Amino acid sequence: MDSNTANTIGLLRSIIAEAYAESPHLLHVLYALQRQFLHISDEAVREVAAHLDLPLSQVDAVVEFYSFFHKIPRGRYDILFSNCTSCGYMAGGVDLMAMLGRRLDIVAGNTRGDGLVSMDQTSCIGMCDHGAALLVNGMPIVSLDAAMIDRIAALVEAETPLEDWPAEWFQVDDNIRVSGMLLKDDLSTGIGLSTMLALDAAGTLSEIIQSGLRGRGGAGFSTGMKWQFCREAQGAARYVVCNADEGEPGTFKDRVLLHSHADSLFEGMAVCAFAVGAKQGYLYLRGEYRYLLPHLQSVLARRRGLGLLGVDILDQPGFNFDIDIVVGAGAYICGEESALIESLEGKRGIPRTRPPFPVTHGYLGQPTVVNNVETFIAATHIVLRGSAWFRAVGTEKSAGSKILSISGDCAAPGIYEYPFGVTIRQVLDDCGAKDAQAVQIGGPSGTLIGSAEFDRRLGFDDLSTGGSLMVFSQARDMLAVIVNFAHFFAHESCGFCTPCRVGTVLLKNGLDKIAGGHGTRYDLDEMQRLATLVKSRSHCGLGQTAANPILDGLQRFPQAFEQRLVHRDFEPHFDLDAALEEARQISHRDDAAAHIE
Amino acid sequence: MSKIRIATTSLAGCFGCHMSFLDMDERLVALLEHVEFNRSPFTDIKHCGPCDIGLIEGGVCNVENVHVLREFRENCKILIAVGACAINGGVPAMRNHFNLRECLEEAYVNGVGVENPQIPNDVELPLLLDKVHPIHDVVRVDYYLPGCPPSPDAFLKILGDLLADKEPSLPHNLLHYD
Amino acid sequence: MSADIKQSPITKNTITIDGQEIPFLAGQTIMDAALAAGVYIPHLCHRQGFTPHGSCKLCVVDIASRSASACTMPAVAGQQISNNTPALNEARKTITQMLFIEGNHICPSCEKCGDCTLQAMAYHLGMLDGHFPQFFQRREVDASHPTVMLDRDRCILCELCVRASREVDGKNVFAIAGRGINAHLVVNSASGKLVDSDLETSDMAAHICPVGAILIKEHGYEVPIGQRTFDLHQVSEIGLEKTILTKVRQPDE
Repeated sequence: MDSNTANTIGLLRSIIAEAYAESPHLLHVLYALQRQFLHISDEAVREVAAHLDLPLSQVDAVVEFYSFFHKIPRGRYDILFSNCTSCGYMAGGVDLMAMLGRRLDIVAGNTRGDGLVSMDQTSCIGMCDHGAALLVNGMPIVSLDAAMIDRIAALVEAETPLEDWPAEWFQVDDNIRVSGMLLKDDLSTGIGLSTMLALDAAGTLSEIIQSGLRGRGGAGFSTGMKWQFCREAQGAARYVVCNADEGEPGTFKDRVLLHSHADSLFEGMAVCAFAVGAKQGYLYLRGEYRYLLPHLQSVLARRRGLGLLGVDILDQPGFNFDIDIVVGAGAYICGEESALIESLEGKRGIPRTRPPFPVTHGYLGQPTVVNNVETFIAATHIVLRGSAWFRAVGTEKSAGSKILSISGDCAAPGIYEYPFGVTIRQVLDDCGAKDAQAVQIGGPSGTLIGSAEFDRRLGFDDLSTGGSLMVFSQARDMLAVIVNFAHFFAHESCGFCTPCRVGTVLLKNGLDKIAGGHGTRYDLDEMQRLATLVKSRSHCGLGQTAANPILDGLQRFPQAFEQRLVHRDFEPHFDLDAALEEARQISHRDDAAAHIE
Repeated sequence: MSKIRIATTSLAGCFGCHMSFLDMDERLVALLEHVEFNRSPFTDIKHCGPCDIGLIEGGVCNVENVHVLREFRENCKILIAVGACAINGGVPAMRNHFNLRECLEEAYVNGVGVENPQIPNDVELPLLLDKVHPIHDVVRVDYYLPGCPPSPDAFLKILGDLLADKEPSLPHNLLHYD
Repeated sequence: MSADIKQSPITKNTITIDGQEIPFLAGQTIMDAALAAGVYIPHLCHRQGFTPHGSCKLCVVDIASRSASACTMPAVAGQQISNNTPALNEARKTITQMLFIEGNHICPSCEKCGDCTLQAMAYHLGMLDGHFPQFFQRREVDASHPTVMLDRDRCILCELCVRASREVDGKNVFAIAGRGINAHLVVNSASGKLVDSDLETSDMAAHICPVGAILIKEHGYEVPIGQRTFDLHQVSEIGLEKTILTKVRQPDE
């Protein structure tokens, strides 16, 4: 071993030891390495495996699974443009990523030769109420326009530290437009917990069950029943996990809740812990929201200081509970609760086979409650105000309110809280969506509806949503929207099961062919057949919903597809003439026979 | 009754499928009472006229393959992809792991025993596509007859079905990819 | 679920597959019960005695009208299951075609030809072509090991080798890395090469591959083409056998 190698390994080991001492979680150790060395080398993988006593292959597999870890060095400025239809680089109608690429002489997906800058696109970063947005070294810059792109290029070239970039660029506002039963009040700390202690665990559970609260992630399982199953399950320990991996494009309400209602959230997790008998909680925060980590940690520290977390909470003997935050690293699939648990365990985010469900076999195989940020906050309010208060709002099957993230073609994108049962028309009126032709409810995995259905209502028995509501005006090309979603799912498929791993790519390619003006009627029929198979035969919710935009689109907006079709009985899926380019270059030929029409 | 007109060709293939076709031996005589051959290595007819059935062996690796395949598609009522190469590119498609320049340099420049190393280049030589494709990537295909090569029995079964105006199908014992 | 059982006239532990009543034992999956009763449900990633995986989705069945993987779904009394139907076999054929086009499966040049379960499955389902445009992915070959060959072109990500190594061999030689269509088999060694792993020729993991991704070197053609497993048997016959087929012809036994 020469001295250089020895130095490198010494540095690696000290970074690993330091990160590990701070948090032993594999994702955190890898993050520290990525940040320090701008990539995770094979040597680093070996050292991590040795230090954490993990198989090399597990560390390697994790590095390759998450989008924010890289085996090839990124630039000292690592710029990731969101590619969502609401906060993506095309959101303003101009390709801002291509523009920055020209300014910095860099192609998306690459690191510049001098190592200064790398640029790529990434799935929705949850800034949809702010227009086009990017992450630079993990920090969001919002409301991008062409002038800012010029300035960003100049700041990068001048190697200006991020601290000296204009502070207002990093200002992420809450944009709360309509406040309902949850957003109206910021609960003072501990008040929910005190009320709960008076109720005791059984009484708390009963209130949650009676409230009719259902999971706010979109699936809508009864929260009270989930807690009860967990409480009744056999296990050496129980865990409370908050799913803050808000990855559905168009969703940003958790960003706002984490920013401005973190106390209510942590209180709700403690309520759950008390009800089910858990000692340890985890907040799984999406990597795109890492910028919220210092704030969340300070809230946790304050709550520990107030005796609201830790040992003998509020002087109740034996009420011990604390919360750790685990930060993801760019994988939409980790929003699926069993994939999230796998990720918490330091593995690839592959959804587990169910049954068994996490309430009986969750984190480390123990009974685990996984709930959405909004669900825990609602629980806090219910404990404080009672189930009747909650039930009084909403509909019979969908009690309470729903916090919506509204984005797209409307005058006032932002956060809107409505009682369940509100019509889409009402929502569109309120956010100033004047000429909507379509609304995507619940994000790409949800439901795409046209204007004929605007009198449908939000709720578990009609239009269910995790919170995303994207508005598309008459000016939008709906096929382009659907193509965008298809690319998203192909990128985010975990690769576990065949129908989703291969099917999402085939759907993406098929849509690209149609959008490119090379699709035939046959291709469209194939799309329908394939989409149906992916939907019905995939392993988890990702695959089972990935084809929704296509199936909804074919049903509601057939003209968006049909107007692009060529009326021939066959079109190749690739450009024959372009396939000759390499040979033309090698042979220096450009005669007629060197081309194909 | 007029005879069924068949055309055959080998694109990026080895003519093994054609050899296998001829392996039906004396049964060929009976078959020829019902069919006649148009463009085919069997006849040396250079261009395809209107035909009932076109049998394509081999994948698509160059410009000439594309032109021939299109000619077949335009002239044949029914087009059948015959053999592994026509169906998925087969052994020639193993070059798809490499870019074209790497392939040509390995064969004509750096290969063991190469004399006067140079990449062949003449207007008479059809340009290569960057990848070898199955024929259904380039034209619509009606039926597939797998095998490397398909057995004479498999040819007879498919042609027999078509002659009898039945939907062609292969029984399990004739279905092979090797 | 207990309510369902009360309402059901069935009192013993049976499920119904395509109209045939089949007994099951507590803890069995639909696949376990079906195979034990001599009912074939197509499968690639399932192997009796191994932790069920549920990734290949060849074993999709419909319970009432809900899709489920037979290899992971627990048998529950009274389940009405569709298995051998034209619609399900069509879905299975499409899934098999997906496996063919995402990898590089060139049967005529593969030593496993005739012994390959993927190929036999395709025969079973009447697959004539890959149907979809091929991905032509570039995948790494690892010939470093003295006796075992790893050709990722043919890997179908069934994780049988991963499980065999962990559950039978007591090692941890293989894993899957990457995401989505980039998922690929990796070797648990410092260099990532098989030669630096603790894989031995006698390991179950070296023999269990249902396709030609993991092969024992220099033994590829001991059994001539035409006399191989699936030249002589249907995949449905072999799939019902309880013994692990690949153990039959271990070259160093």
